[in-house]
Amino acid sequence: MSKANLLDRRQVVSALLADRKEALVVGGLGASTYDIAAAGDHDRNFYLWGAMGGAVMIGLGLALARPSLPVVVITGDGEMLMGMGSLATVALQKPGNLSIIVLDNEAYGETGGQASHTAAAADLVGVARACGIADARAISTLAEVEAFAAVMQDVSAGPRFASVKIDAANLERVLSSRDGMFILNRMRGSLGLKPI
Amino acid sequence: MHARADASTEQATSWPDEIFAILQRFEVRQVPYVPDAGHSQLIQRVLGTLSMRGIALTTEEEGVALLLGAWAGGERGVLLMQSSGVGNCINMLSLTQIFRFPFLTLVTMRGEWGEFNPWQVPMGTSTQAAFELAGVKVLRASRPDEVREVVEAAAGQAYNACTPTAVLLSQRLIGTKVFIR
Repeated sequence: MSKANLLDRRQVVSALLADRKEALVVGGLGASTYDIAAAGDHDRNFYLWGAMGGAVMIGLGLALARPSLPVVVITGDGEMLMGMGSLATVALQKPGNLSIIVLDNEAYGETGGQASHTAAAADLVGVARACGIADARAISTLAEVEAFAAVMQDVSAGPRFASVKIDAANLERVLSSRDGMFILNRMRGSLGLKPI
Repeated sequence: MHARADASTEQATSWPDEIFAILQRFEVRQVPYVPDAGHSQLIQRVLGTLSMRGIALTTEEEGVALLLGAWAGGERGVLLMQSSGVGNCINMLSLTQIFRFPFLTLVTMRGEWGEFNPWQVPMGTSTQAAFELAGVKVLRASRPDEVREVVEAAAGQAYNACTPTAVLLSQRLIGTKVFIR
């Protein structure tokens, strides 16, 4: 199912996170979580294995609680389609430190590769912009990915949204922890927060 | 979303302020909401306070995910919604079991006390059972003089014991919405 000239998802995510510094990273369920795990496990990775449509809102809650830290949501087109309203909610709150990246393979890769709405009709960059996220861009080269990775560190100029068209090839799964309490308390611990 | 008749306002003015005071005492910071007339006074107080952030949602399930992110970052929140919105939350409520974070929601009830609009009745009837099936404890306040005690208990168990809790604010308490042509 590979098309020519489309970016490799693992390469995109490693470029985004190579110099992540203090960033908090949320991964939408499915392949995005595996991509983030493949780039290297980290105390500040928040992996989702369910709650489809919730990734951006978890990122918003984090971003509002921690305005001095970059918060990065990396998710897929199917997950983003299910939570599109959250783009309007984000635009209203204007969190300067929130960046949303959609890895768009135009398919539901985890469930057999059925075509998603972005394959033929829906334009998520247009949706984000129309919701009020002024910095909304379509990315097609690795150089643009690297430029976006640098911009993500600026916690004053967000929110920002990027959609990266990626190769639809299903890659070997890199399984992260799926224990919510472990993931949550590990991130909280990295922020100096104690358990109850 | 709707204005209500003023019939109950004489009694109704104090309990939203009592809820607000409890939320302040528990250092609640993020207050996601889908508007409801029964919550309008509380929403006004939240939007007028620097220590809290009122966050308008497009659908209630957004608020469940938001409160998880807030807690991951060290902040407490509360979700304000109407009974019809509870059905929108079901799958997202899984997060309360997976992450055991302090989840508190205050729900204004429709469809249970002199309701005019039949469309409010099905979800109003199944609100409590839906929460309980999803693993959320349910407390209810039906009279103005019990709101403070009930919300305090709910906030205590949600924030101190990370027990996901919903408070149902009865339609009898809020006052039946009057439709006038």
